[in-house]
Amino acid sequence: MARIPEDREHEAPIVSHLVRNDTNFGAVQVAIFQYLTVAVFIFLLAGYWDLQVRNESLYNTKALQNQIKSLPMPAPRGRILDRDGRVIVDNHASYRLVLSRENLREEHIVPIAEGLDLDVDDLETLVRRYDKRPSYYTIPVKEELTPAELAFVEAHRNAQMFPEMELIKSQFRLYPQGGFAAHLIGYVGEISDAELNSPEWASHNPGDLIGKMGVERAYNEILTGVDGQRQVVVDNRMNTRQVLGVKPAVPGKDLRLTIDLDLQTVAELAMEGRRGAVVAIVPATGEVLALVSTPGYDANHFVGRINSREWKALTEDPNKPLFNRALQSQLAPGSTFKPIVALAALESGAIDENFEIHCAGGATFFGRYFKCHQKGGHGAVTLHKGITHSCDVYFYNVGLRTGIDNIAKYAEMVGYGRKTGIDLPGEKEGVVPSTAWKIRTFREKWYEGETVSVAIGQGATTITPLQLAYAFSGLVNKGVWMRPHVVNDGRKPQVDHTAEINPVNLGKVLDGMCGVVNEGGTGAAARLPDIMLCGKTGSSQRASNDFLKTRKGEEEFKDDAWFVGFASRDNPEIVVAALFENGVHGNFAAPIVRDVIKAYYDKQRRQQQTGPLPSLSAALSLAGPAPATLAGTRAR
Amino acid sequence: MPAVRYRVFRDLDWPLLLVALAICALGILQIYSATHGTPWMKQALWLGGGLFLMWLLARVDYHTLLSQVPVLYGITLALLVLTLVAGSYTGGSKRWIALPLGFRFQAAEVAKVVIVLLVARYLSELRSDRLEWGDLVKLGLLVGVPAGLVLAEPDLGTTLTYVSVLAMGIFFGGVQWRHLLVIVLITLVLLPCGWYLAKDYQKARVLTFLDPMRDPMRSGYQVIQSKIAVGAGGIWGKGVARGSQTQLRFLPVAYTDFVISAFAEEHGFVGILVLFGLYFLLLMQIVQNAQRAPDRAGMLICMGVATLLLFHLLVNAGMAVGRMPTTGIPLPLMSYGGSSMMSVFAMLGLVNNVRLRRFGT
Repeated sequence: MARIPEDREHEAPIVSHLVRNDTNFGAVQVAIFQYLTVAVFIFLLAGYWDLQVRNESLYNTKALQNQIKSLPMPAPRGRILDRDGRVIVDNHASYRLVLSRENLREEHIVPIAEGLDLDVDDLETLVRRYDKRPSYYTIPVKEELTPAELAFVEAHRNAQMFPEMELIKSQFRLYPQGGFAAHLIGYVGEISDAELNSPEWASHNPGDLIGKMGVERAYNEILTGVDGQRQVVVDNRMNTRQVLGVKPAVPGKDLRLTIDLDLQTVAELAMEGRRGAVVAIVPATGEVLALVSTPGYDANHFVGRINSREWKALTEDPNKPLFNRALQSQLAPGSTFKPIVALAALESGAIDENFEIHCAGGATFFGRYFKCHQKGGHGAVTLHKGITHSCDVYFYNVGLRTGIDNIAKYAEMVGYGRKTGIDLPGEKEGVVPSTAWKIRTFREKWYEGETVSVAIGQGATTITPLQLAYAFSGLVNKGVWMRPHVVNDGRKPQVDHTAEINPVNLGKVLDGMCGVVNEGGTGAAARLPDIMLCGKTGSSQRASNDFLKTRKGEEEFKDDAWFVGFASRDNPEIVVAALFENGVHGNFAAPIVRDVIKAYYDKQRRQQQTGPLPSLSAALSLAGPAPATLAGTRAR
Repeated sequence: MPAVRYRVFRDLDWPLLLVALAICALGILQIYSATHGTPWMKQALWLGGGLFLMWLLARVDYHTLLSQVPVLYGITLALLVLTLVAGSYTGGSKRWIALPLGFRFQAAEVAKVVIVLLVARYLSELRSDRLEWGDLVKLGLLVGVPAGLVLAEPDLGTTLTYVSVLAMGIFFGGVQWRHLLVIVLITLVLLPCGWYLAKDYQKARVLTFLDPMRDPMRSGYQVIQSKIAVGAGGIWGKGVARGSQTQLRFLPVAYTDFVISAFAEEHGFVGILVLFGLYFLLLMQIVQNAQRAPDRAGMLICMGVATLLLFHLLVNAGMAVGRMPTTGIPLPLMSYGGSSMMSVFAMLGLVNNVRLRRFGT
């Protein structure tokens, strides 16, 4: 085949029927097109140069941010067990939703809140709280997601919808239902801004769950574990493709309480529907067997981030369910103060055991008439009868003879006017009036007339239910006060303070308390057939007599009922104090104490018959014999 | 005619073909890397089909093709109307006609080839080197009808590719400056009207182009992720199947519209230089064929093809680095898709057709 000439300038023109031949056609346009092509390539290359060469590290970082996520692995909190190892507070596995602030978009807040049925304002407030924090902090939005909420999150947490949503599998607190032992246990909640700024919580980070009240708070450090972390590679649907590293979570330690679930249950049931508190203490060790404050609240509602509406309802409830009455209710002790006045009188020598007066239903001191609670009077009253029948006139006289400062001295000796030092937060001191106290507080001198009121536990004197149980735990323990505690941390019981008390004098006072229950005294309702239960009633006024006359029959001004009891007389193993707010008379608080003490001995007897609980089954928290005890108590 | 068949095979533009095959090979590699599935095999299949179509279109004299433009034009319009009537919806627009065995077919790709032929025929029949108003209007309407049909799908990107061929045509046909001025003015007046007619997603795309952070999770998402992919590739790239944006699917449609972003992430700036070098060779080879065309029609066919490819490259590769608005225009020879592959090889067939007849038929 012939060689084809390359240069078409030398070709013969061939004209088709469609086209004209013009060799120079378009030469300029083609040249322009070529320049244009070069320009386009330079334009494009500049774009790639800018991203790939000049900003490589910037985009590398962004690519890493896309794919590498650090997921916290929350450590489960330690469980809370009763003294026999039975579980009071447990954990259960659930999901928590957090928002990653690196991906958070303002306009997603409303749809996310709607999808999860959250209050939009609450969520916005929450997000705003994190504004000033570093962006790697995640915002915990909701705990314990329901299956429906979980489905919503799963369906929307991809790179194009709401990439800020992240799910964390976590262990959540499972508290007893219906507010059982709520104040004792407390609850956990997200650390507040104020707490973050306080030295007590210095080592915590925003979003941490911490104990807010009760044992949860007091033993937060033991219960809290160390959170772990997982670094993973995710794809655009947030599926984990690769695990880069894992720092395992260290679970918190279990906490064993001194509380006996059986006694706690009995006390809770006895207080059902009432406002007040019950405290049961082992005098020999200071162990708290039961600690009740009613009404309570269901702490489970706090775990899943309580919303502002529920919180407002709780704080504005006139019954004050958040208030721990056992430690914080400071009320006049009423007649439960009389044994201490009697002891002060005997010990200071103001009276001897034969001191006797006549009660005619009232007496006049310093020109004012003071009534006895018994209208007809008690007749001839000795120390024993004075305590047994709680004769006011007797103690007006004894008090005046003893003097306010001696009364105050012995009140302080039993632990009134200061904190007992129990291992729970929020304890109150109460008030022990004295001449020094009055000058310090009111810059006024003490009037003898005031001593009359103080002698029967009225006036400025106030105590907490815990102080009442604590005071008598030391008295029945022959002057040795053990530090009260709710957690059995393995250490030997600590002696808080001791006092030299003449055993004869102490015996007379305690005998009087036996009479209260067993010799037809004011606390006969607490009587048990086979156990020598001793105690003292108290009915304390909320205001002056004159004021009360105008408000007769109004529930909130009815007298508060107290009872403090111990058993047995010869071998005191348990002291129980009960406060029944607006319960009118101490006799109505007595059965509460009786039920708890009966449950104590019932259980002891049952264990003697069947042998003690084997320690293994206790450690495994096998079901205790609580139901039988309850049934027995309720049947009465 | 056995002699003709022998000549067609031997005298094909082999440099052009090799460059095209090299680009296709990179494309298939990238599709494999991005999907790890079967799409690369399908793409290879379409490449084979494309080569056959190219050979077919190189054999028939382009003058014969040009004489059949009215018929081809009619068929194209019918297919476009059929797409609008019986097309299947994908992502809010009707662009595909479903075929048996799960294949789909994009009539708008066929129209690209036909419009190249149409413009070449119309301008080569003119007896003047200067375009008059009548010619402009007639040519504008001829291109405008299929363009309008595609715009109605809606597919603004493909519509603009037709306009690029039209622009090439009137540029080569000898447009007068005052006419050009009037056209520009009319366009400027019509743009705001177009804005009101535009679909929301189209407006969003334009706004996002102007400011990608305006909506980073929806319309801006693709551009942002694409830029991250390209930038993270750096100079040398992450390596085949090792780009996190591509492999973890943060980069959307990494084997179709954004295949170049995936390529840039895994092969880096060096890879981009090689790829752009290949495209440049491809374009210059086509331009050379245009220069050597035996007649005006042949030149216009080649330049139409070159213009189309350049426009595709500009818009697609520019979009990947945020220098062009997001449109669904594929990257020729690289993006996954049979219709696009076929139409590009059909156009390369036309270029070869012109080349084979550079010494006359």
